Formats: sequence, structure tokens, C-alpha cells
Amino acid sequence: MGALNLAMEPAMTTVRRGLEPLIPALRRFARALARDGETADDLVQDTLVRALRAEHLFHGGDLRTWLFTILLNLDRNRRRGLSRRPMLAVIEEVDPAGAPSSDGSGRDIERGLALLPAEQREVLLLVTLEGLSYREAAEVQAVPIGTVMSRLSRARAALRAHLDGELPQLRRVQ
Amino acid sequence: MTDNAPITEDELHAYVDGALPADRMAAVESYLARNPEAAARVAAWRVQAAQIRERWGMVADEPIPERLRIESIAVRASGIRRKVAIAATIAFLVGAGAGWLGRDLSGFGADAQLARVLADAAIEAHRLYINEVRHPIEVRADEAHLLPWLSRRVGSPVRAPNLAPEGLKLLGGRLLPGSRGPTALIMYEGKGGERVTITCTRAGREGESGFRWREAGDIGAVAWVESGLAFVVAGPAERQRLDRVARQVHAAYEEISTDRR
Repeated sequence: MGALNLAMEPAMTTVRRGLEPLIPALRRFARALARDGETADDLVQDTLVRALRAEHLFHGGDLRTWLFTILLNLDRNRRRGLSRRPMLAVIEEVDPAGAPSSDGSGRDIERGLALLPAEQREVLLLVTLEGLSYREAAEVQAVPIGTVMSRLSRARAALRAHLDGELPQLRRVQ
Repeated sequence: MTDNAPITEDELHAYVDGALPADRMAAVESYLARNPEAAARVAAWRVQAAQIRERWGMVADEPIPERLRIESIAVRASGIRRKVAIAATIAFLVGAGAGWLGRDLSGFGADAQLARVLADAAIEAHRLYINEVRHPIEVRADEAHLLPWLSRRVGSPVRAPNLAPEGLKLLGGRLLPGSRGPTALIMYEGKGGERVTITCTRAGREGESGFRWREAGDIGAVAWVESGLAFVVAGPAERQRLDRVARQVHAAYEEISTDRR
């Protein structure tokens, strides 16, 4: 029995061992991405299952980047699914005066992020929350590094406008 | 790059994200000192980043829920992998071809070994008992204690799926000694008097495998491991029929393990 287990193990443990310490970061990232805790953990669960299932496809490289890639792809599929099921998604309250905020600006960071296009939100979270390098973020999103930079730039500009109380139009700064 | 190169927007981001090369630090800082608008932008970006970390940073410190523990994940992953392996095996079967079914498909060398050993034992038992006209079995199908008894001795629920669609009628079962403990043998009989047996014993481990084909003379066997049990379906060497039987058996046990989840 021991021998049988051992024979199956080697590939499993390499990825598994590397996976375990990354779970907290994956949860953090997924929570910020999906907002809802259950949905976020579903994403993490599917990501981990997929990673273990495809471990033979992982030949070295950065495990964390690979996991974020899987997670983002799953999240994109999820959102595509939601858009095909219009009534199942909770409609977000669009209440500018509502929601108490921590910084007194009347809108908090959470809502600001939710208003960004997905790919901009992804980049901003990968870089600021998860501390990925621009190169790693580019790898995760499968785009050139220049695209990462322009997404980051647009995300920050839009978020700033939002947090500053939606100034009429963001001045185009050159 | 030199200290005198113009400052780009990318460099301002890199400055905020701690990705700016050291030799550009002084240039960027002096630029910001001279450009209040740029300095305000950079300050706002820093605040955003701090708010993002403040809002979600602590998620990483929360205890990890049971379903996200690596052990639970591994179980799920192997479950899915088993389905993939079986699907691959079945696809392979449909495409036909001789030789060892699925031997190289799932890559579980240990399972192949286990399947071979158990299949040989099952074929042996099959040969021994199918020719037994008067006492092929110990307990007849119509005796209610057949399955409870075998389940108790094997140490795991034993099923006798309905194989009528394959023209097979349940005769009954018997208990056999096995290298891995008591083994249940369930016997069916077809219209032509041919017999098909299912043996089921504890595999001694978790893990799953695809179906594996073994042939010895006129007897063929399909072996696989799932849910901690090792199964062998043995009968006249008609691979397609035995494979259909194996799938019926697999489906019957799949129901049990799904119910348990």
C-alpha cells in the first residue's frame, strides 16, 4: 500500500507543496476580484482543483503566476456565464450618497474598483495587492507589458476620479 | 538611462510600485518636487494602493476553510481526473484497437500493477467457479443477506448492479480469500449459460484508475480501482461486452460515493 502511494506521489507533492502556502494570497486576490466571499472561495477551489489536475502540465516556472492565470481565466468564464444569465446577478446599488465610507469621500475603494473594466481591475489588484511585477502581471494576463502599463494607468486615473468625488471630467494631464 | 532622461508616466507608476531602478530615483523625485500636479497624482495612487491593501489584506490571515485545504482539493482533483481517465479509456475503446486497454493513458503505474495482480486472481477464481455446476456460489441471489454479508466481510458496501440489459441474471455470490483481504465474488449468468463475475475487494488505498483490460485464454477481465475498492469484471473474452458491464458496475458505485459527498 505504501509502495502504491509512493509511486503516485512524486509529481503530486511538488505542485501540492508549492500550492499550499499560496492559498491565502489566492483567497485575498479572489475576494477583491469577486467581492462576494463565497464566490471568491469557489474560484480558489476551482483554481486549485484545476492546478492539481493539470500538474503534469506545469514544468517549472512561477507557480504563483500560473495560479493567478488559472484564477483569472475561471473568473472570466464565470462573468461570461453571469452575463448570459441576466437575472441571477445581484444588481449593485448605484447609490452615490449611500454606503458609509472609511475615508469620508463618500465612495469607498471597493465600489471604485467594481466600476473599473475587469482587465484594469485585475492589473491594479495584481500589482498593488499581490505585489506582482509588471512582467508577471503581463504574463498572467497574457498581454504585452505595454498593455499592462496602459491598463494600470487608466485604472488609477479612473479610480482617482471616483475617489475624489467624480470631478466633472478628469483633466487630461500631459 | 541617465538622470537627465525625461520622466515617463510608466516611471511614475514604477515609483509608486517600488519597481523603479535605483539610478532613476533621484530624477523622479526632483521631477515630482517641481511638478505639484504629478506629485498629487502619485500621492493619490499611493492612497489607492494603501486602501486596497487595507480593505483586502487581512483576507490572507483568515483561517482557510475546510474545502480549500489542500487535502480536500486533492480528493476532488483525483475524482475529476478519474472521470477524465475513464472518459479517455472509453473513447479509446470506441476507437478499438488491441493490446492493453488504457495502459498508457492515465499514467498510474501503480494502479496498472494492482489491476494486473487482481485481474489475474479474479480470472483464476472465475475459472474455478464458473465450471462449478452444482455449487458455483455460496449464497443465492434470492437470499436477502447476500449483499449485507459480503459488505460486512469486505468492509465496504458491495453492490450487485442490475445487468439485465446485458442479458445477465444474478446468480449469487461467495466470499474468497485475497491478498488484500476478503474478496466478494458476485456471479451472473447469461442466456447462453455463460458466466460473468464481479470481484470486489478493498484496494488498501484511495485513488482511482481507468479501466484496464486483461486477457487470459478465453477469459477476459476489466479491472479498475475507485473509492478505495478494486474491481474486476471477468467473463468470456468479449471485450466490448465486459466493458459495458464494467461501466454499469462503475455507475452503481459512483452513485454511492456521490451520495456520501
